[in-house]
Amino acid sequence: MLTIKNLHAEVDGKKILKGINLEIRKGEMHAIMGPNGSGKSSLSSVLAGRENYTVTEGEVIFEGKNLLDLSPEDRAREGLFLAFQYPVEIPGVSNLHFLKTALNEIRTYHNLPPLESKEFLKLTKEKQQLVDFNANLMNRSLNEGFSGGEKKRNEVFQLAMLDPKLAILDETDSGLDIDALRIVAAGVNKLRNADKAFMVITHYQRLLEYIVPDFVHVLYNGQIVKTGTKELALELEEKGYDWLKEEVHQKESV
Amino acid sequence: MTSDKSFYEFISNGVPGPEQKVDADNAIMPARKLAFSRFKELGLPTIKTEEWRYTNVQRFLKDAFTLAQEEQATVTPEQLKAASIPQLDSYRVVLVNGRLQTDLSELPAGGKITVSKLSDAAGNAQLQAWFDKHPHLQSQPFAALNAALFADGLFIEAGVNATLDKPIQIIHVYTASANAFIQPRHLVVLHKSATLEIIESAVGLNDSAIAFVNAVTEVVLEENAELWHYNIQSTIKNSRHIYHTSATQKADSRYHHFNFTLPSAELTRNNLSVALTGSNTETNLHGLYLATGTQHVDNHTFVDHLVPNCNSNELYKGVLLDDANGVFTGKIHVHQDAQKTNAFQQNNNLLMSEKANINSQPQLEIYADDVKCSHGFTVGRFSEESLFYLRSRGIGEEAAKSLLVNAFAFDITDQVHIPALQDFLAEKIRQYVAGAINN
Repeated sequence: MLTIKNLHAEVDGKKILKGINLEIRKGEMHAIMGPNGSGKSSLSSVLAGRENYTVTEGEVIFEGKNLLDLSPEDRAREGLFLAFQYPVEIPGVSNLHFLKTALNEIRTYHNLPPLESKEFLKLTKEKQQLVDFNANLMNRSLNEGFSGGEKKRNEVFQLAMLDPKLAILDETDSGLDIDALRIVAAGVNKLRNADKAFMVITHYQRLLEYIVPDFVHVLYNGQIVKTGTKELALELEEKGYDWLKEEVHQKESV
Repeated sequence: MTSDKSFYEFISNGVPGPEQKVDADNAIMPARKLAFSRFKELGLPTIKTEEWRYTNVQRFLKDAFTLAQEEQATVTPEQLKAASIPQLDSYRVVLVNGRLQTDLSELPAGGKITVSKLSDAAGNAQLQAWFDKHPHLQSQPFAALNAALFADGLFIEAGVNATLDKPIQIIHVYTASANAFIQPRHLVVLHKSATLEIIESAVGLNDSAIAFVNAVTEVVLEENAELWHYNIQSTIKNSRHIYHTSATQKADSRYHHFNFTLPSAELTRNNLSVALTGSNTETNLHGLYLATGTQHVDNHTFVDHLVPNCNSNELYKGVLLDDANGVFTGKIHVHQDAQKTNAFQQNNNLLMSEKANINSQPQLEIYADDVKCSHGFTVGRFSEESLFYLRSRGIGEEAAKSLLVNAFAFDITDQVHIPALQDFLAEKIRQYVAGAINN
């Protein structure tokens, strides 16, 4: 579904990604871990098309298409979704109006007619219940005055509504208390299926107790330095990142 | 009355007085003459004139204009439809260059509310009493020029307790086959306890020549009267506009004024002023202005609290794109006698490009000691992160920008109590932003 080959990117002339290689197939759950500043969020930004990043080398193929040639909106329309680490508050735009606009823009792209109001509301209700999102928040302005947990839950609700092929969750667990974390994780787990893939970016192993990954990748200094299964996450939790950093530096000096 | 030199030059030195007008009406000729000498005294403003500091009007008067304006035009049903608000059930008043076209209009009939040509009402006692009497107009050169030389306009009078089952939509059609300086003049009088809703919109028929519109509307609200007054300024290419709207409010009256400027015009200058002469009044001034390209939009407002216990509330919001220029000057004057005044003013701006510019000046003069007054001004840059957030959900750049502008404008459009008008404005804003982005 997603193939990243030797991806290099920089922001303001500073090299952030230094040759990422990654293959994600449908149905898979990939966790990306790593210390602060390793390039985790940059990777998600580059994939989603944030404009201040410049790709200097490499390619990304998503469902047979060159992802890097597409505008952010076309990436979303092709089935890529990024759950933001810091969801934006937009006063005056109602949550529902926003979702309806998004959904219909995606449908138009695929030559489908816009959803009837009735169908849209039915879908909304179904997904809201599925991911346990507070119905009162749906008519409010987008994320305005939402608590940190409510914002993250809204990201998962949007994910449920837009039904992407590949969802990237950028530190969705950061700042969540354990109850909110459980609800967010339960929502994600309900959305897992054989056709959908996930890339979960996290600093902590805690999230991976609730969302069990098929693969764990460790990002350090703009590269994936280690790949393993969920046991790798446990090892990192126990030993921290320092031993990995040392390993990398030893390799470099050899 | 044509000049081949600069209109500024012509109007400053060579323009003949109102007595030259062949269709001059005797009943208001003395008032016209008075206005003309006032205009001669005031002269045209320059950028050294305090109220015109940020609007160099000379620049827009360099071309040659004729004062002779066309009084009739063929208006096709399509053109009329383009200026009409869909799904709005209303009476319709169509003017061509300020002259009422009864054949194109659907006027309220047989009630206490009359809509007529100002020229036909010249002998009316109300017109005699109010024409060009508003205190704030006395220092305004363009308003004086209008009073001296206007061609025609509307006179709307609502009798005691009068009310209508639906709003009156006034469609101003402007047309000029040669550059013309068009001067309509309107007077709206609501007698005691009358209520009215007026929606004004405009359309241009012809953009081969420049239409410079210098319009004045005087509004009088007698005791306990209420007027909802919407003004939509859009869709006239190759035009320049200076408007004066001056209202007088007597005791217990309510005036709700909405100004939506979504211009195709190069220059829009609005002078909105309200004199509160009776106690316990309510004044709500809502403004939304958008500007793109090199457009210049200037809103000058003035709320004059002359007596105690009056409430005024003002919110103006602006969105400026490209190289557009915005000016907002909000004056509130609370006189010594005007105790227990509540006067609030807010001006918020959103700049969507590096080169767009806004000059905002609140001017509060408060001479009473027991009042609540506040003012605020903000200018925000367009949030790239908000835009990226929306785009990352599949919403195209154009739709995302229009969503954000509509969101910014929400405080204003939300105050519009007519759903059809609300929808119309949302669509206008969408089209405006789309047009600006695709240019």
